[in-house]
Amino acid sequence: MITSMIFRALDGKATWVIVVLLLAAFALPFSNLALPETSPLHLPNYLVPLFGKYVTYATLALALDLVWGYCGILSLGHAAFFALGGYAMGMYLMRQIGTRGVYGNPILPDFMVFLNYKELPWFWNGFDQFWFACLVIVVVPGLLAFIFGFLAFRSRVTGVYLSIITQALTYALLLAFFRNDFGFGGNNGLTDFKDIIGFNIQAATTRAALFSASIFALALAVFVCSGIVNSKLGKVMVAIRDAESRTRFLGYRVDNVKLFAFVVSAIIAAVAGALYVPQVGIINPSEFSPANSIEVVIWTAVGGRGTLVGPIIGGLLVNAGKTLFTGLWPDYWLFALGALFVLVTLFMPKGIVGTIRSAFSRKTPPRGDNTEAEEDGTTDRPLIDGPEPQPGPAE
Amino acid sequence: MGEEATTMATRLFRLIAFLLAVLLVALPQASFAADATAAQVDALGQGGFPEREAAVATLAATGDPKVVPILEALVDGTLYLRKSDSKVVLTTKAGGGFTLKDPLTGGDLGTASSSDIDKIKVNNGLRGRISTLVGQMTLLSTDRTTRLSAAQSVLKTADPATLELLKKALATEADPQIRSVMELAEAVIVLKTDAGADEKRAAIALVTSHGDREALTVLTGALASVPDELKSDVQAGIDSIDRQLQLWDVAQNLVYGLSLGSVLLLAAIGLAITFGVMGVINMAHGEMVMLGAYTTYVVQQLLTAFAPAAMEWSLIIAIPAAFLVSGLVGVAIERGIIRWLYGRPLETLLATWGLSLVLQQAVRSIFGPTNRPVTIPSWMSGQFSLGGLDITWNRLWIFVFALAVFFALQLVLNRTPLGLQMRAVTQNRRMASAMGIRTPFVDAMTFGLGSGVAGLAGVALTQIDNVSPNLGQGYIIDSFMVVVFGGVGNLWGTLIGALSIGMANKFLEPYAGAVLGKIIILVLIILFIQRRPRGLFALKGRAVEQ
Repeated sequence: MITSMIFRALDGKATWVIVVLLLAAFALPFSNLALPETSPLHLPNYLVPLFGKYVTYATLALALDLVWGYCGILSLGHAAFFALGGYAMGMYLMRQIGTRGVYGNPILPDFMVFLNYKELPWFWNGFDQFWFACLVIVVVPGLLAFIFGFLAFRSRVTGVYLSIITQALTYALLLAFFRNDFGFGGNNGLTDFKDIIGFNIQAATTRAALFSASIFALALAVFVCSGIVNSKLGKVMVAIRDAESRTRFLGYRVDNVKLFAFVVSAIIAAVAGALYVPQVGIINPSEFSPANSIEVVIWTAVGGRGTLVGPIIGGLLVNAGKTLFTGLWPDYWLFALGALFVLVTLFMPKGIVGTIRSAFSRKTPPRGDNTEAEEDGTTDRPLIDGPEPQPGPAE
Repeated sequence: MGEEATTMATRLFRLIAFLLAVLLVALPQASFAADATAAQVDALGQGGFPEREAAVATLAATGDPKVVPILEALVDGTLYLRKSDSKVVLTTKAGGGFTLKDPLTGGDLGTASSSDIDKIKVNNGLRGRISTLVGQMTLLSTDRTTRLSAAQSVLKTADPATLELLKKALATEADPQIRSVMELAEAVIVLKTDAGADEKRAAIALVTSHGDREALTVLTGALASVPDELKSDVQAGIDSIDRQLQLWDVAQNLVYGLSLGSVLLLAAIGLAITFGVMGVINMAHGEMVMLGAYTTYVVQQLLTAFAPAAMEWSLIIAIPAAFLVSGLVGVAIERGIIRWLYGRPLETLLATWGLSLVLQQAVRSIFGPTNRPVTIPSWMSGQFSLGGLDITWNRLWIFVFALAVFFALQLVLNRTPLGLQMRAVTQNRRMASAMGIRTPFVDAMTFGLGSGVAGLAGVALTQIDNVSPNLGQGYIIDSFMVVVFGGVGNLWGTLIGALSIGMANKFLEPYAGAVLGKIIILVLIILFIQRRPRGLFALKGRAVEQ
């Protein structure tokens, strides 16, 4: 049973993606650490955490793709799970600073001393243990996704309504984390980290290790997602995406399937966030801002939703483009990003991967890949509608 | 016959009272309307205290308002005698020496060292006499603001010595605001003196009847000093004022809530058209609002350059301009992007989000990233009190404007051919098309209308918010909440939604703080949508999905 699941997960393209990722997990740190600086293949130190950041973004895009591309749930609040995972990791890292902080308090992080805390708030207990932080990284975002999804899916909040309340969720969290008395550092967030499990967070080796860890996490996420979308459950998810009511009438428990996908996706996003924080060195409330979550959507859309490679490519490409653009023409990045949103939705609804794939599938017969089920790319439209598009909630 | 005599007597009495009142009001002006002379001022520096007191009295008797600062300077110890010519001068310390001024004309008399001048000394008796005289001159002054500030300072010091004077001033005072301050001051002084219990009880009742925060402070202060048998009266007065104030607080919150609600209504009502009527998620809605605000700025700039006289009406001129600018941009967006995405709401959301980024950056490139100043016309600035309520004019006008826009839109949707066509297309696109309605035209017009209304919101928001490229971003989530809460496709839902969210926000604020209150509202709306996924006033129909 389990072996068959593993085989199914490693079916086809997913294997190649994982192999390429694992190669990168070894090749890049090798070129950074082992090759001499004079070598043309040497990777400069500053690029390692940058690439690591891109990889965590790609993981976040993949997480969103699992719910949006495969299950039709457009979450505009996925960065909230990412940031929650990040905060959990940040809390662990803050506790590791110990007496090396500005105020030298062995227990309280600097911002708490600054804000006149007398003792550690109860929810900071246990974060001196790495295993506990790891547990929280998975459990808290997962639980939030479960509760939120349970309420939303059970009441059949769908489509844009769901998108808007996910946005409200991350907005509410944004406001909450901005408050100083919420106990998470307020405006400034958590920063000035020193150690992670005993290793200096600034050291090149630690950064390379974190980079590799991010890639492993991404590979694992690809493995899990591939396992899910290639299973029967995955087929039901696609069915829900294409015609939710019809799937429900056929007797599937639509709510439970959606809830499962949503929780798994939230956990992947949280793990990505946890790996993001030590590489970037800071986590603050702006990670919760609704604009961030919407940006994730465009990574997925550019790469190609409904595919496993697409969001990874999209996440890497768009963010690399952002770094280049903001360096060269800082004033025009928003123009470029905005244009990307408009052009991709208008002219390339399937994204890069989907477009290439449909170009190929014209020459070769379809392989029965579930992502090629729809030809016109209008994945959000229930098939029960007529051929004429129907704007408006009521007909 | 007897009755007639009584009426006659009453009339006569009234006439006499009136004449007396006129006389009393006119008296200070009539008898003291002389200018104080330099000689009278210089007399202050001569002789001992009795002569000085006489000089002060003479000066005060002139009734010249210029005398008041001189007497105050005398009490403050900044009035000096120049030894060389025995002239009385006003001084201010400057470095090691003093700069001198003529007390009457304010003219500059150069500087002097401390050995050249002598301080004109006052004793406590003279101080008391002067403060009474100054109080007399100011409390009975013909200038309203002088009287008001004098009354307020008497209320603050509550000096029993001024009681007689206060009674005299109160007898002639006609201005209700000054009267109320004076009455309060009188009551406070009575409570301080050893007057009889009945008199004090009357004073307590009088203070209680004022019922504002000032009265509350007076009573709380008096609670410790009054005799024991009056303590219960004071406490009852405090309780009664507390109750009144609480009521006013609720009313004030109601006003704040209505005001916030009207802002939300303005921001959301355009969205209610594009989202509610057309089912299009317009994430660039906030940017339409921002465009309206910037149009107002541009209109004001043009007016200052070409027609400064019309500045007072700049907002009125900006209203149609903003509607046109935002509306035309809206039509362009609909024709250029949205019409290709009908039936794919999630993609519309993404494309319009991208568009909002482009618009924001465009405005930032043209106008710069900083806030642009927008002038507030005089008829919108300031505030007024209504009972215990403080209402600012701009909030009131925005409330009126929001309601006007709302009802105008209702009229357009329900009473015009375009509105009819809009509703027809909303309800059944293909049927409407078959009946000869040009659905693409109607789509463009509807979107243009929604965007134009957002532009109107922008005009109003310039009065209470910063005109910056991020202006719209702050309102987009709130607007969506309002529309989703109120129910899609129903403007009344938007009205109720906006007002109730605004109200709930303001009533939560005192207990939870502004940010936490907002979070609570967001969570409540999220929970509410779980219960009623289609909002407060859902359209009834057989549609299972969108």
